Amino acid sequence: MEELNLFIKSIFIDNMIFAYFLGMCSFLAVSKNVKTAFGLGLAVTFMLVVTLPINYLLNKYVLQEGALTWLNSATGIDFSSVDLSFLALILFIAVIASATQLVEMAVEKFSPSLYASLGIFLPLIAVNCAILGASLFMQQRDFGSAGTAMIYGAGSGIGWWLAIVGIAAIREKLAYSDIPKPLRGVGIAFIITGLMGIAFMSFLGIRLG
Amino acid sequence: MLSKKNKEAFFNPLSKDNPVLVQILGICSALAVTASLEPAIVMGISVIAVLAFSNVIISFLRKTIPTNIRIIVQLVVVAALVIIVQQILVAYNYDVSKKLSVFIGLIITNCILMGRLEAFAMHNTPWPSFLDGIGNGLGYTMVLLIVAFFRELLGSGTLFGFHVIPQWCYNHGYMDNGLMILPPMALITVGVIIWVHRSRNKELQEN
Repeated sequence: MEELNLFIKSIFIDNMIFAYFLGMCSFLAVSKNVKTAFGLGLAVTFMLVVTLPINYLLNKYVLQEGALTWLNSATGIDFSSVDLSFLALILFIAVIASATQLVEMAVEKFSPSLYASLGIFLPLIAVNCAILGASLFMQQRDFGSAGTAMIYGAGSGIGWWLAIVGIAAIREKLAYSDIPKPLRGVGIAFIITGLMGIAFMSFLGIRLG
Repeated sequence: MLSKKNKEAFFNPLSKDNPVLVQILGICSALAVTASLEPAIVMGISVIAVLAFSNVIISFLRKTIPTNIRIIVQLVVVAALVIIVQQILVAYNYDVSKKLSVFIGLIITNCILMGRLEAFAMHNTPWPSFLDGIGNGLGYTMVLLIVAFFRELLGSGTLFGFHVIPQWCYNHGYMDNGLMILPPMALITVGVIIWVHRSRNKELQEN
């Protein structure tokens, strides 16, 4: 129940786009039609599900204060006061960049059809703030297990996916409307995202179980 | 020292080629930290510092970096600089660093950085790269400050934490607009700023 709550919460309430503005750059650049938006959303969700558990384990067994105590018996040195958490940024981004590369190769080998649909988006993801952001939030929140971290990743990813497909659908329709010239393109996309954010705020306070 | 090209590298990003309003880069952090002016200023200064120095470092290394792995090299340089900034903030301005939480870390994935490193620092000598970094950082900070100014003024009636809306306004029924503090209004504020900016610079309008 706790997990379900976290899942729903990370999709709707703590939505990556509407509550934290993470991944806005690709969100605005790739939301011109629904099909590509769908592909990018899928890729982001996939990467979040893959990288969050890895970063969780990294944080728990390498970075946190006292995380290295499992080395004590092997080496005979006391590691309980070692705190490497300042290295989190550089390790997380390295994990994300290399996971992107690995996933790209694996997908290309095992599922050419998926690769064809994700194609160009995979490499872009290494610099998508939503992925690094989710890892940093995960570090702040102290989840109980790698599974919980994965659920959080899946929820955040699906929330991002939902948001980008939604805005892409609206922008496709906007092609037919008469918008003031200076507002066309990016300007109106910003304002619509804001309005969607206000709509998503109505989910505030939902609590399951 | 300040040839025409260098001046352009410095002044273009301020308005005509503004990273946030025109190139639409670095939006993530630009919106999240602008509920009030103080974090916005700290964030702006951090980005200026990281951008200027990473531009200089990458520009020095530009001939030795193999093209295949340049993204990783750039990421590592930026990440190292961001860690320095983060540690300095935690040491000297703990409250603000708490308020900015993960967003300092997210400077790494700020698209302005990768954009400038790829587009400018990889092809130019250190001094113009430095100016370009400062210019883009200032352009970014400027937008941050405008957004934060309106959000803090209308949202909580304060500027830098000082009350500026006089009491008699409240007595006559003026109310702070709590919606301005909430995340969605940052997007709408930026949308309106883009609107104003594009109606003044007609060549930027899209069809």
